[in-house]
Amino acid sequence: MNFRVLKKVRLIVSLIFFLLITYIFIDFTNALSVALIQAVLYLEFVPSLLNFISLAGIAAAGFIFIIILTLFFGRIYCSSVCPLGTLQDIFIWLKRRFTRKKQFGKLRTFKQLRYAILILSILLLVFGWVFPLLFLDPFSNFGRIIANLVRPVYLLLNNFSTFFLESIDIYTLYRVEPGVTSRFSILFSLAFLIMIIWLSLRYARLFCNTLCPVGAFLGFLSKFSVYKIYLNQSICTSCGKCSAVCKAGCIDIENKTLDFSSCIGCLNCLTSCPDNGVMFGRPPKNPDISLKAFDSNRRNFLAGGFLSLASLASIPLLAAPQGKRRGRQRSPRAVIKKHAVSPPGSISSEHFNASCTACHLCVSACPTHVIKPSLLHYGLSGIMQPRMDYHASFCNFDCVICSEICPTGALQPLLIEEKHVLQLGKVVFIKQNCIVYTEGTDCGACSEHCPTKAVTMRPFRKKLLIPVVDPDICVGCGACEYACPTDPKSIYVEGNPVHLIADKPQIEKLEQPDTNDDFPF
Amino acid sequence: MKRRDFIFKGLGAGVLAGSGISLHGFSRIMGNPMAAGDGDYDLVAIKGSDPVAMFDRGIESIGGMQAFVKPGQTVIIKPNIGWDALPERAANTNPELIGHIISSCYTAGAKTVSVFDNTCDEWKKCYSKSGIEKEVKKAGGNIVPANSESYYREVKIPGGKNLTTAKVHELILDSDVFINVPVLKSHSSAKLTIAMKNLMGVVWDRRWWHKNDLHQCIADYATFRNPDLNVIDAYRVMKRNGPRGVSTEDVIRLDSMIISKDIVAADAAATKMFGLEPEDIPYLSIAAEMGIGNINLAELNINRIKM
Repeated sequence: MNFRVLKKVRLIVSLIFFLLITYIFIDFTNALSVALIQAVLYLEFVPSLLNFISLAGIAAAGFIFIIILTLFFGRIYCSSVCPLGTLQDIFIWLKRRFTRKKQFGKLRTFKQLRYAILILSILLLVFGWVFPLLFLDPFSNFGRIIANLVRPVYLLLNNFSTFFLESIDIYTLYRVEPGVTSRFSILFSLAFLIMIIWLSLRYARLFCNTLCPVGAFLGFLSKFSVYKIYLNQSICTSCGKCSAVCKAGCIDIENKTLDFSSCIGCLNCLTSCPDNGVMFGRPPKNPDISLKAFDSNRRNFLAGGFLSLASLASIPLLAAPQGKRRGRQRSPRAVIKKHAVSPPGSISSEHFNASCTACHLCVSACPTHVIKPSLLHYGLSGIMQPRMDYHASFCNFDCVICSEICPTGALQPLLIEEKHVLQLGKVVFIKQNCIVYTEGTDCGACSEHCPTKAVTMRPFRKKLLIPVVDPDICVGCGACEYACPTDPKSIYVEGNPVHLIADKPQIEKLEQPDTNDDFPF
Repeated sequence: MKRRDFIFKGLGAGVLAGSGISLHGFSRIMGNPMAAGDGDYDLVAIKGSDPVAMFDRGIESIGGMQAFVKPGQTVIIKPNIGWDALPERAANTNPELIGHIISSCYTAGAKTVSVFDNTCDEWKKCYSKSGIEKEVKKAGGNIVPANSESYYREVKIPGGKNLTTAKVHELILDSDVFINVPVLKSHSSAKLTIAMKNLMGVVWDRRWWHKNDLHQCIADYATFRNPDLNVIDAYRVMKRNGPRGVSTEDVIRLDSMIISKDIVAADAAATKMFGLEPEDIPYLSIAAEMGIGNINLAELNINRIKM
């Protein structure tokens, strides 16, 4: 087999995934079809696994394909499919291209920490928590970096080009108000990106072999791979050329061994050996070495398990705080929501919090920009998971894009007809804050925007109109809350912890007048 | 680091410099570019056909489009495109009517014809589902965004009582001719939305109006830049649940149209057609009192056309 060709293929495949996924996250025009987005994201491991767990079943079996692939050839996922892996490769390439230091020294591995994170992630997942994955899933972290940090720059460039085109009367592009996603999420992504840059420049792919739960899991599996990269002990002269280009520090040049569980599949070593001593295929059996390796693995695994159990004890600290209504207050009354409004298709906060890894794809794709990362709205364990922010915007009545593109199944696909009666929350009116009540002037912005007329206007005082609400037909889109001009708001949506079905508005037939009548003036 | 600083500073400077370029258009807005006295009628009311045919008959009776658009002039048309709804819902102005007015402007010699609305629902969905984007492009007009604050410039409104400043879309300020093409609809808070209320879609911050006596603000804005022509689409009419409407069940057919330069008179006539009295609409009474237009239809020379 020609290893140079193989290396090129892996490079091209990884760049295709990297560029497509990046575009999916920066695009603001909904240019790509839902089917294409689903196809590109099908193989992303954690989203696919979560989607599989949350009802979708075999339709979301991309991760099973990855497992089988790993059992045959090792961590091809880490080298070609994972966009965060490719991002690190780009930083590593830049370093090699622009500094004199072409090689990495001896890279460390932290196997106990690695397995601790893996076991903790699995255990918590079994009990319905995505907490470690929320912070460590490589796909979601990549998504957040693009959505929070790269996208704003892209929008700025777009607005800049639009401005010049418009000055010569060309209106093909349009300006977009960038809008802040959420300060915490931006800071987290920035910190994560800095960590990734530092790690990759200094220790190459250390993240993949220490903090990444997917890397740990696939690394564990690749111990059992049919085909592996290994050193031919009879050819190897311990010259060290292969270990010098290895991004994972998995080659022990003294003992002429290669730890395939740490190999991220970059294939650098294959083309580096002057004597063709780095092999790819079925390794020869060597009982001594494999037994030793197994022993140390077991120790690492046990230690990891202990570490993760210890950290489990801290779980109660993560539970969602129960919102409290304050006692009687003087006007104006503050709006205190007991429950955040979770995006359409999330079924319930419980389902949503257990399956969303906060990749921010829905945040990027939402045409009205109403979906924003939360802070503590779902409790600490749901930090950065998106919520409906009705101060920023409101949910378009005829749109289901977020539910269609969610890669983890945290949002289940909705039909437009289902969405029309899906109740995310219920409207609450606070009369004492309302302009009509406090100023004695007409307003009605809330009722104007309501798609079901759950908010209507009734006569008030002499000639005024004041809102009256019918929560049964409310879908919780937040248009009323968004439009309300008062601060604090006079009308808001209280989230449904479990999404409900709203009643359909009653429709009376209108009488069609005779259009042949004379003019009334 | 230094290079990046330079790029960002450069960007900022470029944007600032660019926004200065278009300020010169401000002086143009105070003068009415329209010659008065075209045709003998103050108002034309048409009934009994489709919007395109009604417009042609109506505009012909007051001197044709060439009475309003001179060769080489830039035209801005402001329909109601507020909602993500199909034409059958009558939440937005009839798309064929908009397309046809654009063509008429070009026939009269217009240099450019542009169309925009500061929508309530997501603007791209509104532009597309209303059918207006398609018709504008077909007729060769510019469908222009209004979704970013950067398209708006702050102006003083000397005649305003509550509303004394507003951020107005640059094309309203910079265009030679302003044609207002609203749709007649029920409105939950203003009772009716017609021509005057449609002007709310040329400013950036509508919320402020709601907060500071909606009716007064609607009238205040009409003192600033009166449209050169108002064409009220009353073909399909949303009779209740406006301005958004819930379904096509809210819509009846009136097969009518009003054309007038007097925005108050046009609204008063449309109000009558809807089945209400002009005095019932608070912003109309205020506007009449402020002298913006004539609310008393009996005093007007009206051309009534039944087709």
